[in-house]
Amino acid sequence: MQDIDIADLKRISELIYQKYGYDFRNYAMSSFKRRVLRIMDLKRFTVEALIRKLTESPEFIHEFLDELTVNVTEMFRDPSFWRIMREEIIPAILLNHKQFKIWHAGCSSGEEVLSMAILLKEMGIHQDVQLYATDLDTNILERAKSGTYSIKNMELNEKNYIRFQGAGSLKDYYREENGLAVFNKELLNNVTFRKHDLVTGEIFNKFDLILCRNVMIYFNQTLQNEVLKKFHESLFKYGYLAIGSKESLIWCDYANRFIVVNNEEKIYKKIKD
Amino acid sequence: MNKFNLNNSYKAVVIGGSAGSFQGVVKILSQLPKGFPLPIIMCLHRLKHVRHGFVEALSLKSVVQVTEPYDKETIKRGSVYLAPANYHLSVELGHYFALSTEEMINNSRPAIDITLGTCAYVFKDKLIGILLSGANKDGALGMKQIKDRGGFTIVQEPSECMIDTMPKSALAITQIDQVLKIDQIVNFFKELDKLYR
Ligand SMILES: C[S@@+](CC[C@H](N)C(=O)[O-])C[C@H]1O[C@@H](n2cnc3c(N)ncnc32)[C@H](O)[C@@H]1O
Repeated sequence: MQDIDIADLKRISELIYQKYGYDFRNYAMSSFKRRVLRIMDLKRFTVEALIRKLTESPEFIHEFLDELTVNVTEMFRDPSFWRIMREEIIPAILLNHKQFKIWHAGCSSGEEVLSMAILLKEMGIHQDVQLYATDLDTNILERAKSGTYSIKNMELNEKNYIRFQGAGSLKDYYREENGLAVFNKELLNNVTFRKHDLVTGEIFNKFDLILCRNVMIYFNQTLQNEVLKKFHESLFKYGYLAIGSKESLIWCDYANRFIVVNNEEKIYKKIKD
Repeated sequence: MNKFNLNNSYKAVVIGGSAGSFQGVVKILSQLPKGFPLPIIMCLHRLKHVRHGFVEALSLKSVVQVTEPYDKETIKRGSVYLAPANYHLSVELGHYFALSTEEMINNSRPAIDITLGTCAYVFKDKLIGILLSGANKDGALGMKQIKDRGGFTIVQEPSECMIDTMPKSALAITQIDQVLKIDQIVNFFKELDKLYR
């Protein structure tokens, strides 16, 4: 494994920003560094070779982004979170709106969106909810759209589903084909997938619930603060925001515009414009 | 000078452990000198899906309450931290934690190499690294990084380990300052503590 110093990491993030408009300048340094080193390792690049490639081959940026971002995800990750969704949060939204909108920000390969679709299906309200799933990484979005996963990932997904205490068996929702789990297309028919960058992107809609779990951990505090403002603006008053179980917003400027609805599962509610 | 040739310039202690390390960690924490000044950062292999119970079990006899840090939480004097389930735990240059869900390393998340390696990068020669019993080689590379940056390294005496793969892997790739039994590690903390009084 090679090493890379901060000055070179800054050169790389500056170059990507200037040339391609992706802004990683405020990402958490430790994981950004590991990701860049990983790419150098995979492609057998020195720092200089990597910088040259990024400068001279614009098509390389997609592959670079795909490797740089951390796409690791699971269906029904933290089953207790999903139980609270089903038993408290969604019912609370339904009291006020028969139809509503959910945004999965940083949806990665789509496991979280599919989990939500299954949950809504089991609650019998799938057709009343519009889901938006966004990510900055276009390669991973394509995978999310396909709703197809390697069978070897299904063991963990099934275990999570059982802990979530779903109505049936996860197998009810997919069929096996050549080592792949192919989920029913119909589950995703109310999902709009689109490319969106949380750092540089515009506000594009208003939501009743936003899930942004295990995405902001890759940002430094300055950037977390800015992105929280965007979420605030993208939520209807009394809308909910869910972040990862080990994330915290308490020190953010906009924290006082939210109340904690469930501290264990990190679910917040916007109470002030 | 004391018997470990230490001084009071250290800023943090980092501990890695896996299979068979639980009892040892409990013993160390339960006999920690009251008011021990350095933060102790622990990365112990654990079940990925069990979020609760571990930190409570460790705290039961510990002199200091053990906590699982939040993302971007600042590292504080005298606190004891444990890497949360299913997240890698890194330390950043401003002395705060960062969590990540990157791929498993050595089949582990949290991976000891990540916690040890980032601690080594941030605390350099002001770090003490301790690697306990365990069944894989996670942590060996991290111990090497600590040594390479001038930190102080300790592994648990392999003969005392329930499974000695972990300390042996570290011994194989880097020079380790001390090979100690748990009781001696307990004493080590007491000696170290005196230097800060
Ligand atoms: C670890 S995944 C989280 C997946 C899922 N939410 C979960 O909790 O399992 C993080 C995702 O955030 C995306 N991401 C990182 N930076 C982003 C940005 N600036 N805008 C949008 N998505 C981003 C990555 O591409 C990656 O797919």
